[in-house]
Amino acid sequence: MFTNYIFYFLSALALYSGVMMLLSKKPIHSVLFLTLTFFAIGGHYILLNAQFLAIVHIIVYAGAIMVLFLFTVMLLNLNKDERSPKPVWVKGAAIIAGAMLGMVLIGVFRGYDLHLVQHPMESQIGLVKELGRILYRDYMLPFEISSILFLTAMVGAVLLGKKEQI
Amino acid sequence: MILFKTIFASAVLLLSLVVAMYSTLIERKMAGFFQDRLGPDRAGPWGIFQPLADGIKLFFKEEFMPNTADKFLYILGPSLTMLIACLTSAVIPWGPDIVINGQTYSLQMADVNIGILYIFAIVSIGVYGIMIGGWASNNKYALLGAVRASSQMISYELAMSLSIIAIVMMTGSLSMRDIVNQQQGFNWNIWYQPLAFLIFLICAFAETNRSPFDLPECETELVGGYHTEYSSMKLGFYLFSEYINMFISGAVMATLFLGGYHFPFIDKLGLSPNAFAFVSFLVFFAKITFFGFIFMWVRWTLPRFRYDQLMRLGWKALIPLAILNVLITGVVILLNQ
Repeated sequence: MFTNYIFYFLSALALYSGVMMLLSKKPIHSVLFLTLTFFAIGGHYILLNAQFLAIVHIIVYAGAIMVLFLFTVMLLNLNKDERSPKPVWVKGAAIIAGAMLGMVLIGVFRGYDLHLVQHPMESQIGLVKELGRILYRDYMLPFEISSILFLTAMVGAVLLGKKEQI
Repeated sequence: MILFKTIFASAVLLLSLVVAMYSTLIERKMAGFFQDRLGPDRAGPWGIFQPLADGIKLFFKEEFMPNTADKFLYILGPSLTMLIACLTSAVIPWGPDIVINGQTYSLQMADVNIGILYIFAIVSIGVYGIMIGGWASNNKYALLGAVRASSQMISYELAMSLSIIAIVMMTGSLSMRDIVNQQQGFNWNIWYQPLAFLIFLICAFAETNRSPFDLPECETELVGGYHTEYSSMKLGFYLFSEYINMFISGAVMATLFLGGYHFPFIDKLGLSPNAFAFVSFLVFFAKITFFGFIFMWVRWTLPRFRYDQLMRLGWKALIPLAILNVLITGVVILLNQ
C-alpha cells in the first residue's frame, strides 16, 4: 500500500528530527528540527483522515509557537556554546528521572491494546464538522472553561510584560 | 485522473511562474508611468523580453556566500520561501468542472474541506524562509530585517484570519469550492462583507511585504533587509516569490470576496461546459489581474509606514475592527434565522 510507505517515511522523519533536535549543537537547528517533527506528525493526522487536526496542528505549533521560539533563540543569540558542564548530581538525577519516565511509558503501553486502525480514511472524527459537534454539544462546558483559561494566561502574559508598575 | 491532476498542477505552477515573471515587467512599466518615464523598452517590442533578460542575468551573476554564514540554512532560506509561495495554489478553484471524453474533471487540485485553514497554515509558515535566510546570513541588518518581517507577518496574520471568520460564518463551510459556489452571479461576498474585504486587503499587503508595508527591506534603514547578503539566483528567489505571493493572494481575494470565477449573466450565454469553464477562468484571471494592478498602484503611490505606525495599525485598528465585524455578522445571522 502506498499509504504504508508514507507512514514509514513520516515516522522515520519524526524520529530522526526528534533525535536530531536533542543532538544538535546550535539551538536554532534544534528549533528547526522540532518544527520538522511537528510537520511529520501533522502528516500522520492526514493519514488518519483528520485534516482539521493536521492543519490546526501546523498553524498552532509550526506557525505560531515555533516561530516565537525561533524569534527568542535568534534574538538571545544562544549560538555560542556557553553551556557549562553540568555537575554529576544533575546528570545522575536526569538519568533517574528519564528512566522513571521510561518505566511509566512502558507500563502505560503494555496495558493498552495496540491495534491497527481499521479503514482510517472512513473515520470522520477529525473532520471539522464532527469535531465542532463534539466540542460544542458534548463537551461544551469544559471547552468554554479552557478557553477562559487561555484568555487568563494571555492577559497574565501581557501584564507581566508591561514595563510600568500597576 | 492522476494524469489530469499532474498536468493541471504543472499548468497552474507554470501559470503562476509566468505571471510572476511578467508582473515584474508590468510593475516596472507602471512605475515608469507613475513617474512620467517610459520604463524598460529595450529588450524586444515594449520590453517584453525584459523578464527573460533579468532572469538570465540573475542566473549568471556571481554566487557569493559570506563565510560566516550557516551554509545549509543559507541555502534553505530562499528555497523554502519559493516552495511555500507555490504551495497555496493547491486549494484555489480555478474554474468550474470541465468535461473531457465524458469524464468530469475538477479545475481545483485538492477540494479539501478545510481549504481556508490550509491557506492560513501556508501563510503562517511563510515566515520561516525569511527568518532562516535572515539569520543564516549572520549579518545584523539581515537579522533585523528578518525580525521585522516576521513580526509584521505574525501581527497581520491575526487580523487576516479574523476577517475571514465572518466569511466562514456566512458560508458555513471552510471549503473554497463551497465559498465560491455561494457567490453565484453577482452575489459576491464583498457586498455583504466590505469591512472584512478591506481588512483582508490591507493584511494581504502586509503579508506579501509589499509597500506601504515593505519595512523588511527598507533601504534607508536596513541596507537591503533580510536579503542583504544574498546574490545571484538566491536573491532572485526571494524577489520572485514576492510576485508569486502577489498573484496567489490576488487569487485568494478574488475567490473569497469577488465571487471567484462567477460573473453576472453567466447562465444567459448558453455555452457548452468547456467553453463555459474557459470563459469563467478568464473572468477569474481578470479579477486576479485587477488585484495585481491595485498592488502596484499602491506601491507607487503611498509612502512607507513607520514601524510603530505599522504595529499600531495592525494591533489597535485592524484586529478590533475584525472582531467587531465577526460580532456584527453573528448578530445578523442570528436575526435572520
